[in-house]
Amino acid sequence: MSFVFFIFIPMFAALLVPFLYKKISGIHTGWFVLAVPVVLFGIYTTFLPMVQKGESASSSFEWVPSLGISFISYIDGLSLLFTLLITGIGALVVLYSIFYLDKTREQLHNFYVYLLLFMTAMLGVVQSDHMISLYFFWELTSISSFLLIGYWYKRDRSRFGALKSMMITVFGGLMMLGGFVLLSIMGDTYSIRELIVQAPELAHHELFVWSLVLILFGAFTKSAQFPFYIWLPDAMEAPTPVSAYLHSATMVKAGLYLVARFTPLYASSEWWIWLVTGTGLLTLLWGSFFALKQTDLKGILAFSTVSQLGLIMSLLGAGAISFHTGIEDHSIFKYAAFAAIFHLVNHATFKGSLFMIAGIVDHETGTRDIRKLGGLMSLMPISFTIALIGGFSMAGLPPFNGFLSKEMFLTGMLSISEFNLFAFDTWGILFPIIAWIASVFTFIYSFYFVFRTFAGKHQPDLLPKQAHEAPIGMLISPAILGTLVTVIFFIPNVIGDMLVKPAVLAIQPYLYSTPHDIDIHISAWHGLTPELFMTFGIIIIGIILYWSLSKWQPLYDKFPNGFTLNRLYDSLMFLSEVGTNRFSRIYMTGYMRSYLVYMFTGIILLTISTVFLKNAFDVSFVLLTPIRFYELIIALVLIAGTMTILLAKSRLTSIIALGAVGYTVALFFVIFNAPDLALTQLVIETISVALFLLAFYHLPKLNRHENRIRFRLGNALIAFGVGATVTIIALSAHSQKLIPSISSYYEETVYTEAGGGNIVNVILVDYRGFDTLFEIAVLAIASLGIIGMINLRLTKKKEVNRIENK
Amino acid sequence: MKTNDVILQTTTKIIFFIIFLFSIHIFFAGHYTPGGGFVGGLLTATGIVLLLLAFDLKTVMNCFPINYTVMTAVGLLLAVSTAAGSIFFNVPFFTHAFDHFDLPLLGDQSLHTAMLFDTGVYLVVVGVTMTIIQSIGADE
Repeated sequence: MSFVFFIFIPMFAALLVPFLYKKISGIHTGWFVLAVPVVLFGIYTTFLPMVQKGESASSSFEWVPSLGISFISYIDGLSLLFTLLITGIGALVVLYSIFYLDKTREQLHNFYVYLLLFMTAMLGVVQSDHMISLYFFWELTSISSFLLIGYWYKRDRSRFGALKSMMITVFGGLMMLGGFVLLSIMGDTYSIRELIVQAPELAHHELFVWSLVLILFGAFTKSAQFPFYIWLPDAMEAPTPVSAYLHSATMVKAGLYLVARFTPLYASSEWWIWLVTGTGLLTLLWGSFFALKQTDLKGILAFSTVSQLGLIMSLLGAGAISFHTGIEDHSIFKYAAFAAIFHLVNHATFKGSLFMIAGIVDHETGTRDIRKLGGLMSLMPISFTIALIGGFSMAGLPPFNGFLSKEMFLTGMLSISEFNLFAFDTWGILFPIIAWIASVFTFIYSFYFVFRTFAGKHQPDLLPKQAHEAPIGMLISPAILGTLVTVIFFIPNVIGDMLVKPAVLAIQPYLYSTPHDIDIHISAWHGLTPELFMTFGIIIIGIILYWSLSKWQPLYDKFPNGFTLNRLYDSLMFLSEVGTNRFSRIYMTGYMRSYLVYMFTGIILLTISTVFLKNAFDVSFVLLTPIRFYELIIALVLIAGTMTILLAKSRLTSIIALGAVGYTVALFFVIFNAPDLALTQLVIETISVALFLLAFYHLPKLNRHENRIRFRLGNALIAFGVGATVTIIALSAHSQKLIPSISSYYEETVYTEAGGGNIVNVILVDYRGFDTLFEIAVLAIASLGIIGMINLRLTKKKEVNRIENK
Repeated sequence: MKTNDVILQTTTKIIFFIIFLFSIHIFFAGHYTPGGGFVGGLLTATGIVLLLLAFDLKTVMNCFPINYTVMTAVGLLLAVSTAAGSIFFNVPFFTHAFDHFDLPLLGDQSLHTAMLFDTGVYLVVVGVTMTIIQSIGADE
């Protein structure tokens, strides 16, 4: 079986979830779901030996062959790393959710269907080699994230957060699609691998920078980079397992994946290095600075995630520099990409455990407000230990994995100041300084998170629940992650060789040809390097600032609320809703006659202008049959009937006259040998007269003083225009013989090809079957609309009555 | 106001069946002679409307306890699935198939998948027309 189908396993498993939930209600549905990521994780680990040799595998399945769109699963070091993260963290999160979500009170089937859908989408994003299917999965992650954030859909904040995240990420996704299309125009292929091969030629294309910027929009919105990060804090309304999984470990890293995947293509560009590194660093500083303003545990973690994503982003940008320096001259440049991937793995472990701890605190105390928490150390010792491990790792302290990648990050940033291309020699010195300041704040918020929750004074009267340690099942997942955090510190090179180096090979194929060429050895002790002194500085300044936090934290309230990005988003949304509403109010008057005026005017303008632009107007009176006497009489009857409609004093007369006009038209059809049309016209007339009589009751009475329709010049002009247009079209259609009529084709093929005798009916069901299909669909929609209109109005009446009765 | 409509009611009882049978005939004949699903459906609806005029809405609803919305949905589904059925035979969407069969009693008959599609059209037309008339008629 080709492994492209493994991507879809979670999606098919999702189909079974509702049945399992309904039929087997005794067992928590999560236990069945747990099997999916565990099995997938097992399957995907078998690919590890292959990528360690620097090889890759691909398997494809054609989706839309006529457009050349297919699902291509391409597994190399980078995609395998992400795949293992998705399935591995996925398994832990599902396990955690079994204890977090109560099986009787929560709608588990919804939750697990969305979660499995997300798993498929995310696997698809990291494995797709075809850009269109990559985009498809990309938007699917946005949609499943929307559904998961809005899981508690009865809460206003959940719905708001869900919509906000979707608006921003889908906006970025569409930009990215534009970038993909530009790339395919440039390289004439949708395959990322084939594009990378063409990288040197593409770099000189005029669309190159455009595609770069557009793709970065996608990456930055998804990975919550400045200024798009605002959706992530609001996404924290999701259940905590979702926050741990989507909004810290996997989905928000899709943007990082995209940047890493496209690095070989764009590394040569100055734009790429500046944008990716600069945005990443700005996000790092911004996120870490504002994390201290938060009072919600998950809010702190959200801002911390934003800042850590910025860190990895800046490292990926710095990693692209090595394209210009090569591997020989400045050996320190090669560290950046390695550090990025290494920190990505580390971040998934410590941030995942911290989110789960935040969920446990919320679950066991009933609040996430850090001002109410404190002193939980003795009540929840295991949770405290795990939080301490995660927090110290995030702060960059030994002996935890965060220390190692933090050191490498500082190395990478220091190396930028030595880069002497693209004006980095003048501005480059800012990079290590910003990185250092951001690291100080990271240190402070890590301590803030851990010690404000677990140390200090316990205030039981502020907590909604009696605080106690979480059930053992809930602690398993964070404990596993916490163990990993420590273990990786002691065996970093095992992880380095197994996961990181193959991924680095995919990011920097221009430097290395196999993972063994990457001569980077992670060690905790490098000697007395500048990085070490910087770390000392971080720790000392960090402790001093944390000590005095209560003195300067109120400064955050001094920031004006009117100019925040959130305010910008809110006013944009408000403007777009109110603005479009006002705009449509201008022409949606609620009167049928206005709409008819629009439609008729449109018809006149479109047809007449086409006729004159194409020079199609022509009048010729050849090939005409003479007008017979009874045709003249019928025409006179028709005119008389129409005039009666206009001049009639009662509505009943008008309706009957309208019916007469219809039947007269049917007579015309009979005379002109069109039995099908005549039949249909007759029946339609019958039914519409009956309908009119039924609806008669509902129509407003004609005004006594205005028992004749008032003359309106505009309407008269439009009426005349429609008549003239139809006449011109009819005359021209008869006179123009530019193209042979299609009727001869129908005559020839109706029996042989379509197996019918009645051309009119064969056109309806066969030649132009699509038209009929859509027509009956429109009919069905119209009938639903009428049901809605009448029934809704009835319920409204009842409601009004009910209110009055009260 | 109670009107005397005995004549109308009596004739309707007979005429309705004539209209209905004629509509079925028109529907089946459609592929070779004038007619088809659309007209057939409309004619059937006309028959029911005649019943509505002669009797009242409640009586007719009791006679035909049909949910016309469901009827519309079934028709639409039938039409779409006939059109979509062709993709399972590796031919483009909406490709019809037909052949001649020697059926007992009926003799040589041509069977056509367009017939199924037309049945869908017929059901939708009857369903929609009756839905509209019923909901407007019921709302008084």
